[in-house]
Amino acid sequence: MSRKPKGPQAVTANRLGDGAVVYLAETGRWSTRLEEARLLLDAAQADAMLDEAGRDAATRVVGPYLIEVETGDAGPRVASLRERIRATGPTI
Amino acid sequence: MPLVRDGKAVADGWTTVADDAALPADAPVIVSFARWRAERAVLEQRNAPLGLGLKNTDAVEEVGPEIHRFGLVALNFPKFSDGRAYSQARLLRERYGFKGDLRATGQVLPDQLIHMLRAGFDSFDTADARVLQQWSKSVAAYHAFYQPIGRLRPTLDNLRREEARPAAAD
Amino acid sequence: MYAYDRHDRMFVHARVEQFRDQAARRLKGELSEDEFKPLRLQNGLYLQLHAYMLRVAIPYGTLDARQMRQLALIARRHDRGFGHFTTRQNIQFNWIKLEEAADALHLLAEVDMHAIQTSGNCIRNVTADAWAGVAPDEIEDPRIWSEIIRQWSTNHPEFSFLPRKFKIAVTGSPADRAAVKVHDIGLRMHRNAAGETGFEVIVGGGLGRTPIIGTTLKDWLPKRDLLSYLEATLRVYNRYGRRDNIYKARIKILVHELGPEKMRDEVEVEFQTIRDGALALPAETIAEIAAHFAPPRYAKQPGFAPAHETLRRTSPGYRRWVETNVVPHREPGYAIVHFSLKPEGGVPGDATAEQMEAVADLAEKHSLGEIRVTHTQNLVLPHVAVEDLPAVWRAAEAVGFATPNLDLVTDIIACPGLDYCSLANARSIPVAQRITRRFADLGRVHEIGPLSIKISGCINACGHHHIGAIGILGVDKQGEEFYQITLGGNAGPEARLGDLLGPAVSADRVVDTVEAVVEAYLAIRAPGEDFLATYARLGLAPFKERAYAPR
Repeated sequence: MSRKPKGPQAVTANRLGDGAVVYLAETGRWSTRLEEARLLLDAAQADAMLDEAGRDAATRVVGPYLIEVETGDAGPRVASLRERIRATGPTI
Repeated sequence: MPLVRDGKAVADGWTTVADDAALPADAPVIVSFARWRAERAVLEQRNAPLGLGLKNTDAVEEVGPEIHRFGLVALNFPKFSDGRAYSQARLLRERYGFKGDLRATGQVLPDQLIHMLRAGFDSFDTADARVLQQWSKSVAAYHAFYQPIGRLRPTLDNLRREEARPAAAD
Repeated sequence: MYAYDRHDRMFVHARVEQFRDQAARRLKGELSEDEFKPLRLQNGLYLQLHAYMLRVAIPYGTLDARQMRQLALIARRHDRGFGHFTTRQNIQFNWIKLEEAADALHLLAEVDMHAIQTSGNCIRNVTADAWAGVAPDEIEDPRIWSEIIRQWSTNHPEFSFLPRKFKIAVTGSPADRAAVKVHDIGLRMHRNAAGETGFEVIVGGGLGRTPIIGTTLKDWLPKRDLLSYLEATLRVYNRYGRRDNIYKARIKILVHELGPEKMRDEVEVEFQTIRDGALALPAETIAEIAAHFAPPRYAKQPGFAPAHETLRRTSPGYRRWVETNVVPHREPGYAIVHFSLKPEGGVPGDATAEQMEAVADLAEKHSLGEIRVTHTQNLVLPHVAVEDLPAVWRAAEAVGFATPNLDLVTDIIACPGLDYCSLANARSIPVAQRITRRFADLGRVHEIGPLSIKISGCINACGHHHIGAIGILGVDKQGEEFYQITLGGNAGPEARLGDLLGPAVSADRVVDTVEAVVEAYLAIRAPGEDFLATYARLGLAPFKERAYAPR
């Protein structure tokens, strides 16, 4: 993504064994729940986390990348339609 | 370089010589296609086996009719997913009748071994330990193949015909 | 149908075990994702938005009842109870786990099926006319040649790492129901002046980012030379196709850059060198494969079908279904029946496990056990006795497959789009659902007549939007879904790419715009003129004017 992210980011990927959508959580664990995603406020920190996640890819996840996250009272929400569909499933 | 042949690690008697490097006196060397074209007269005078290293964009047609002059041809896989050298291998073996050592260089991975063996390769220049580990499994994976290519396995069609043939009435 | 023997079976089982080992090594971390990805793709396994997706080959669109039941079993055991039939005669399962993929492949192998080369940069599942062997206009059964090509291309050591994917389609009829002009190689069977059957070889067609109608490299190729010519073409492509840019790597770009003459010459030189080699097809080999596709033993039908005739007089719904979804069969007293997988509000091409089983039962009872898959994402019972049509109709109604809309405005082709696919820019399925709801009135649908709508969620064009009479392409504009509309595309012998109607419209506007185009057609058509004919006569302007008129 060339555009500079405005808000917090999180690391997402698909789990190697079953392909499920996962987010990198606070504890370094991969969670299927967006609410548990570690929110990365600063771009440099986000890039560092992504690198770390990349090393995890060997045995746990496939293709980690950063996504933009909006925060609100109802908890974190992903910004793009694609990520909303990943987070909540097909719309049909 | 580590070399694998017939499922075993073997010593490599060949030296790959850069285009601008001096040729050793009488050791077997592998030279590039460009060098062979430029220094052919000298190279043919040498008293040691000569090997040819081709890029996967080199036209095998240009060297094919004289391929018997070489004891070894090395074909390159810059990435395992770049399949051009498979065509070169088949052309050298099947069209030009190359009988020497056909060597795969570059990114040689265990899961492409079977394709390479079938296309005519017989030695593998690779430091990847998985190639040796996986060798037997890779080679034994199939009892036959659909295409009449190489001699590693019979074709399904041949097996069917053999089985359909009535027992010899002698 | 082609029946596997012991050796074919050993082969597909070996392939499953090879993949089981590869997947296990990936899960243990012994293979990297880069190393593993081409291996899983060549076994049909994609990683999509929510899970792995398994694409299973239904070679040349033919399967039997037992195989259909096994697909239902896989849907239940390894997926969420449904599958999606695609435009290339495959079925896709959307919720597969890598950990279970080899088990699903094993279930396929048990019924002589596989997912070999349904993805990856190799020769893909060969497609053919869904009416093969039963179409009245057929010259020769294309499945014979599709099977010969399937065997030749399976695990081909030279062509497993091509510059890009490679799709082959075969038609044996003058009416092209396999879209041969938009394939990497399209084969059209026809007779030469001497009356012998051979192939027109059309190379370098394709949709996607650079849609091109294929070029004829050979007007008439003898049957014995088919594989030699294919091998020559693939060899030229493997050696000279571009590998520096994924968007320029298809054979169509090579044909374009070399020019058709040079391409033809390159292939011809290679072909002449190998044509008398190991790939020359002896007549006996052809005859052996052809024997698998010999016509089934049809029961002799009486000259009249009372149940059918009576219902036709008394039930307008039945009559409409027969007139729309049933077509003539070459055998007297039989018919070809289409099951529409395009119900109002449904997902085009989707079938549940229960529906698959119902189709399998019906095939056994009424179609000599055989089923076909069309490139328009519908199913076919190819051998139904006319007198059985009422029973088949009632059963199709019961499972929701009797919508009488074959080739009509609601018979929409749609790719999975952004609801499932990691490549998509916009959703396709909800657009199809909204269009079928808008055109829910069957009287209106029939009044409109033949009109294909094809929807793709991105430029890769899996929904074939370029060859839809109305094509819809989803694009992303600053995070919003927009849709580009094209008109006048056609897949058949007169293959033609659609023309852009105008600026892309928002998701809110897309159904209104499609409706405006259809209304425009109804207003300006000449008597008896279908949509494409009206478009050919009048061009874009009258449609554009109405589609973008302020409301």
